[in-house]
Amino acid sequence: MKAVIFGTTTLAAAAAIGTYTWQSQNAMPNPCGDTAVAGSAIGGPFELVSETGETVTDTDVITKPTLVYFGYTFCPDVCPLDSARNAQAAYMLEEQGLDLGTIFISVDPQRDTVEVVRDFTDNFHEDMIGLTGTPEQVKAASQAYKTYYRAQDDDPEFYLVDHSTQTYLMFPETGFKTFFRRDNTPEQVAEISACFINQLS
Amino acid sequence: MKRISLAVLAFLTLSATTAVAESVITITDAKAFETAPSAMAGGGFMQITNTGTTDDRLVGVEADFPRVEIHTTEFTDGVAKMMHIDGIDVPAGETVVLEPGALHVMFMGLQGDPLEEGETVPATLIFEQAGEVEVLFNVVKRDMAAHSN
Repeated sequence: MKAVIFGTTTLAAAAAIGTYTWQSQNAMPNPCGDTAVAGSAIGGPFELVSETGETVTDTDVITKPTLVYFGYTFCPDVCPLDSARNAQAAYMLEEQGLDLGTIFISVDPQRDTVEVVRDFTDNFHEDMIGLTGTPEQVKAASQAYKTYYRAQDDDPEFYLVDHSTQTYLMFPETGFKTFFRRDNTPEQVAEISACFINQLS
Repeated sequence: MKRISLAVLAFLTLSATTAVAESVITITDAKAFETAPSAMAGGGFMQITNTGTTDDRLVGVEADFPRVEIHTTEFTDGVAKMMHIDGIDVPAGETVVLEPGALHVMFMGLQGDPLEEGETVPATLIFEQAGEVEVLFNVVKRDMAAHSN
């Protein structure tokens, strides 16, 4: 039964990504690269808990062009790689005088306390914002961004979490701009993000 | 004298290669990345080379943590799924690489004692054929430039 649910959800996620790709191919090409016109479909309001324990909304934390990633800290491998990549892209743009924010949203609120998320994000970039929340808050944020996550329930303490690995480029007013897959390099993320920032400034 | 030593060496080498098939395991570049102070888990990476004549399999890793497991990560439609696996085959004459984004050793239950740069993590690798192989994982800073696929 669980396997069936998992399969369906994965297919749904795949279909969602496929749809965005299709839209991007059939829309007016954006000189900044692959993007989606139906930007309103990804993102939107959320309420989460910040690194300082305050409840924050999307407008509190997305105050500039920002890379948004969903992951969990009990993840020695993929999440640090992706977070480091995003942080590196932000540092690259800083050298060009461009301001790119980075946000890490935990999909493992049970273990990822405010402190844990703060430590994790500080490890990559001093300005990376780490967000966690109640299971309901996290679920709502994940759904708004069309991301998938599922905790493997084989162990109460050392469980693993399957999760989407795309990173979204979000703008404060206009929302979703594009997404990056995990095989995009820091250079690609920096270059494409810079293109959107320059286009809209 | 030197000539004799060489002859003895040649004999020993010959003996070794003509002996029964065996697994000879060499571990290189064993490393773990430093973790945040409150991190709960860390990953260990290395290259395992089997220069022997028999296929071998890594079936366990022991280290001083509440739990240590061998994991792999699979990606399907952008979703990462990390999985516990029973072992890693190391065929004769081949090198298997444990690297970020794929196979790795996971040290779980770090609470309060993060992996810090400069530390070493002693561990025992257990192979089906070669038996126990001691290894030291060097804790290093995460190389920001080495974003792998």
